Amino acid sequence: MTGLAILRGLWITLKRLIMTYVEDFKGGKNRYYTSEGIEARRDYRVRGAITIQYPEEKLPVPERFRYVPFLVYDETPDGERKLRCTSCGICARVCPPQCIWIVRGTDANTGKPIPTPLAFYIDVDVCMNCGMCAEFCPFDSIKMDHDYEIATYDRFAHHIFDLEKLAKSAAYYAKIRPTDYAAEEAVRREKAAKAAQKTEA
Amino acid sequence: MTQQVLAKQVQEVFARFSDGVVEDQRVGYQGYIVAPEHLLDFARALRDECGYDYLTTVTGVDYLADGKMEVVYHAFKTLGGPALEFKVQTNRQNPIVPSLALIYPSAELQEREIWDLFGIRFEGHPDLRRILLWEGFYGHPLRKDWKEPYFEEVAKPFKSRFPDGKVYRAEDKHPLKDNIDFPEGFDPAKWEAEGDAALYKALTNIPGADEPGIKTEQIILNFGPQHPSTHGVFRMAVLLDGETIVNLKHVLGYLHRNHEKIGERNTYIQNMPFTDRLDYITSMSNNFGYAVAVEKLMGIQPPERAEYLRVMMAEFTRVISHLMSIGFLLNDLGAFFTPMMYALEEREMILDVFEAVSGSRMMCNYFRFGGVAHDVPDYIFDKIKGLVFERLPRRVDEIDAYLTKNEIIRARCEGVGVLTPEQAIALGVSGPLLRGSGVPYDIRRAEPYSIYDRLDFDVVFTEHGDVYDRYLVRLEEIRQSIRILQQVVKQMPEGPIQIGKSTYQVKVPPGEAYGRVEAPKGELGFYLVSDGKPNPYRYHVRSPSFVNLGALAPMSIGSKVADAVVNLGSIDIVLGEVDR
Repeated sequence: MTGLAILRGLWITLKRLIMTYVEDFKGGKNRYYTSEGIEARRDYRVRGAITIQYPEEKLPVPERFRYVPFLVYDETPDGERKLRCTSCGICARVCPPQCIWIVRGTDANTGKPIPTPLAFYIDVDVCMNCGMCAEFCPFDSIKMDHDYEIATYDRFAHHIFDLEKLAKSAAYYAKIRPTDYAAEEAVRREKAAKAAQKTEA
Repeated sequence: MTQQVLAKQVQEVFARFSDGVVEDQRVGYQGYIVAPEHLLDFARALRDECGYDYLTTVTGVDYLADGKMEVVYHAFKTLGGPALEFKVQTNRQNPIVPSLALIYPSAELQEREIWDLFGIRFEGHPDLRRILLWEGFYGHPLRKDWKEPYFEEVAKPFKSRFPDGKVYRAEDKHPLKDNIDFPEGFDPAKWEAEGDAALYKALTNIPGADEPGIKTEQIILNFGPQHPSTHGVFRMAVLLDGETIVNLKHVLGYLHRNHEKIGERNTYIQNMPFTDRLDYITSMSNNFGYAVAVEKLMGIQPPERAEYLRVMMAEFTRVISHLMSIGFLLNDLGAFFTPMMYALEEREMILDVFEAVSGSRMMCNYFRFGGVAHDVPDYIFDKIKGLVFERLPRRVDEIDAYLTKNEIIRARCEGVGVLTPEQAIALGVSGPLLRGSGVPYDIRRAEPYSIYDRLDFDVVFTEHGDVYDRYLVRLEEIRQSIRILQQVVKQMPEGPIQIGKSTYQVKVPPGEAYGRVEAPKGELGFYLVSDGKPNPYRYHVRSPSFVNLGALAPMSIGSKVADAVVNLGSIDIVLGEVDR
């Protein structure tokens, strides 16, 4: 009979609608605006709608999520910020859209390059969030951020990030990427131990 | 190697053309160099006597140092097997090559592209106009001596970035700065696009139109470039007789950014994230194609686990792409957004996996030469299993029950936009479009790459070649992809995901390579020429959507306007890839 398949299709639509309400009912108060509610709705077992009410609630980003890069600094016990960056320039060289500008300093007396960058710019309008800089940085110094809400009203005034805006603490890095951070710290400790052994011997 | 593959007839043909066809002797090069005067006869013999009926790729290379330009052809047998590559060389001052458009209609669009980007004229081409750039464009950008505005250097990395980085914006150098007002004295209402006259002339130039009969008034109708049914900034100029399409020409290039020139400025690894932006629905497959091509050139093979991860990502991508295609097809039919949303829900689930694995939902940048960038984190593996074994099969069945037998869909799709197998092969179309026309050609089987020769799956094809059959092919291919995914997840071996250490400076020996994969939309090929430097000398993308669009006019002529929209939807184009 003509129209039967259409009716069956409509039944599927109706079923989906009903399932959404059934799941919402089962989930109770925690279904919306709580992190377990969001997790439950993005689970593969969901039968109804999977909508997340952005911006009231946000999908948690996975650890590997990458958005525009930032520079990691370590804090010494007396509160001094020490950038990990040694201005080796690998990130500027590997950057596909070439949106990283680095000014390497030179020592006035010896004329040799000094490791800390004098200036570091990233044009975030050009940055394509590919994560190559973070991937190939040998000093674990440039990392991809998790903060994706960086829209502003005037891109000409705000969208070239300088050192001040780029620098973020190692503690922040440890917070957004705990696994990577732990692995890198383990390697670092191992290296330090080996170096100590060498000096002892 | 090539010689062994060649069958007896092929040897006969080569013997006949022994004076005009010589083997390419350059180091790292394959194939044959054909003298221009023998090209047409040679191509005809290849097609008719040797079975190389499927010419998929035509592209150009500018060898500035040798003062030569080259047109490179890759012909395949629809029965499967490797390419037969042949080249024609011409001078740079007045480059003219005979057109193959009448022997292999698939060459028509690609020759227009070569004329546009290289300035090689094709003698005997039916409609040689610019295709990606506008008619008033100065020069031919892929020539090696052509430089873009604000040209900085021939190859990245640019020296202005390090160690004395002087930050600037593109707008700083622009005479109008960030001002986007019209120049003084310019009235957009009075402006007429250069080249439109040529377009309309080509559109109304129909052989046999002067025959006696009832004279009816024909009108030209423009769809797009801003039109909801064109899937992006795509324009069709349609010549109408009443509601019947008499002729159709498509206009491209609104999203053109000369991806290939950018690719030649980039180093090899820097191209990887750019390939994501070709077909932005299927970034993993694009990565795959590029990685396969570069690895062919480098002569390396990724480790076992990396191959499995690659196939897993590529098949997930196929599921996404086909689901979206089905959803959008219903949009084109007027079933606004409900099926689309159902397709997007599953896509979101898969994108969650991509995000956890690669760090980005759409622009994955996941593949590296000789492996992949990251391993799959353990916590997402449960979701992958849940999707592959539970959710996706159930959802595909639901979509099947929801749409396949629907009377409106059948009425609108069956018998619409028919493409015969002969037409499909001649036009060089690939992917579901080709298989929907009854040609069981799938690169995963025809010329297996990666681990596809070890996996169990069927090549899906149907016989009618209409819109409905393409829908059925896509639906069944999703099921086959899920079947592959189930095997891959079950068999996933342990081990390294990358040969050696991932490095940003890869050594690529001089030579050429054409790597192709079965992307969701068809044959995605990358033609690379290396001169041993850190950046490719030539980087060409053979995009499936671009070539498949050649089938739009043959499908639509004679049908109603409303069906042209559905035909376009059934080709499943993505403008990021068409315009490059």
